[in-house]
Amino acid sequence: MKPILETKKLTHTYGAGTPFQSDAIHDVDIAVYPGEFVGIIGHTGSGKSTLIQHLNGLLKPTSGQILLDGKDIWSDKRFTRQTRFRVGLVFQYPEYQLFEETVYQDIAFGPTNMGLSKDEIDRRVRRAAAFVGVPEESLEKSPFELSGGQKRRVAIAGVIAMEPDVLILDEPTAGLDPVGREGILANIRAYQKAQDATVIMVSHSMEEIASNVERLIVMDHGSVAMTGSPREVFAHADELIGMGLDVPQMTHVFMRLRQMGIDVDPSVYTVEQAKEVLLSMKGGH
Amino acid sequence: MLRDITLGQYFPGDTVVHRLDPRTKLVLVVVYIVTLFCAKHMVTYAITLGALMGVIIASKISIKVILGSMKPLLFIIILTGILNLFYSQGEPIISFWIFTITEEGVWNAVFMVLRISMLICGTFMLTYTTSPIALTDGIEQLLQPLKKIKVPVHELAMMMCIALRFIPTLIEETDKIMSAQKARGADFETGSLLSRAKALIPILVPLFISAFRRADELAVAMECRCYHGGEGRTRMKQLKFAARDHVALIGGFLLMALVIVLGRAGL
Repeated sequence: MKPILETKKLTHTYGAGTPFQSDAIHDVDIAVYPGEFVGIIGHTGSGKSTLIQHLNGLLKPTSGQILLDGKDIWSDKRFTRQTRFRVGLVFQYPEYQLFEETVYQDIAFGPTNMGLSKDEIDRRVRRAAAFVGVPEESLEKSPFELSGGQKRRVAIAGVIAMEPDVLILDEPTAGLDPVGREGILANIRAYQKAQDATVIMVSHSMEEIASNVERLIVMDHGSVAMTGSPREVFAHADELIGMGLDVPQMTHVFMRLRQMGIDVDPSVYTVEQAKEVLLSMKGGH
Repeated sequence: MLRDITLGQYFPGDTVVHRLDPRTKLVLVVVYIVTLFCAKHMVTYAITLGALMGVIIASKISIKVILGSMKPLLFIIILTGILNLFYSQGEPIISFWIFTITEEGVWNAVFMVLRISMLICGTFMLTYTTSPIALTDGIEQLLQPLKKIKVPVHELAMMMCIALRFIPTLIEETDKIMSAQKARGADFETGSLLSRAKALIPILVPLFISAFRRADELAVAMECRCYHGGEGRTRMKQLKFAARDHVALIGGFLLMALVIVLGRAGL
């Protein structure tokens, strides 16, 4: 299968020529395939945010390429602008970007910028609102009257309404309560399924990563340190901890079990897997 | 983009220029500006420029950075130069259509451009080498006498300190909001003036909201730490004049005297 989004030797330097010059990312090569749910993890300052802002053409690479469907997104101006719509990016704390008088208008901002017809905009706004669980009657309210969690949903709907092929989210659940977290993750999964979309999620919660993503990219000091399925990546628990990252709680439990001399599979990282392994061990005795 | 704006930014360092007392630097900037306006001739300009260069080299801030930060002001500098070029009385050199360029005009233009550039450079050196906190401390101390006539010096200094402190934060915030709106297809670079002005609404509304939120949070945080104004407040870092401050001040005043004397002598 051909990757939908790919980077080649992507390098970005902030403040080139000033005393604050710093290499944010260097020589990053990643490939994301259609329909995948990819997680990006990394310590604060490992270059995750810089990387994702390149993927929809918000930042221009100092050197290297970003390919969307095999075509360099900076090859011509129109394609760069199209990339913004085809690769939707939800920033951290997206509720701080709300500005319109009504929720409806705010969600419609993206589709309007795409130059769609009024009917199409209306269809997309209602569909996006439904995806994130914003009730119809809220659409005419001011976004500033809503609760924090609802604002977050509206902001995510604002990106989803553009119906991007690739949806990138930077810590979509930061600062929410557990119910709100699971709700938003379910919304994202629903969108992915309905739209056959590719999702890239940056998160600090290993539990969230473990129970949602199919593939993981680990960033460390501006480059890709590891990629693979969660099972493969979490098997290198020591290395992850060495990078200042955490591993899922189940991985901790199974690592400890192994230290205690019990022969268990070290790549277990979810409660379900743990249950299976433990039950099969019980059955074996 | 916005991140590259260096106006009013502080470049940390440990040079003689950085270590000077902020009060010394403030006084020296005033002295420097007076000197600059007393300079009327090549010789005196050269002396002032030499002094400025000396300070820049001593501060170890690269010329590139300084020239780069003058970019936003380039338009004003060039406009002043052109106006001076055409609107000076004197001996005409070239004359075409309604324009006349005089010899005096050329000199005036050159000197005006130099003067404005040097003025900007000089004041940049102050903010580049002095942290905002040190700067407001210095201003507060220098304005202390005004307290006698009931000027709220401490409050003014605190307001300035907070304003300076939040410039980078607001720039960062603007940058973030701009990126977020761009990700939703907002276009700030093309279109008519009106549509570009309209395009600012998606940035300004969230920016104002967050500025008010921050102000509110800051006020609460200050009250939690029992801030109650300047009355009886002591400082962690006491400002003290060192030998280098005396040397720098004497040097500055000597330079001004020299330029004034040379100016009287027609140089």
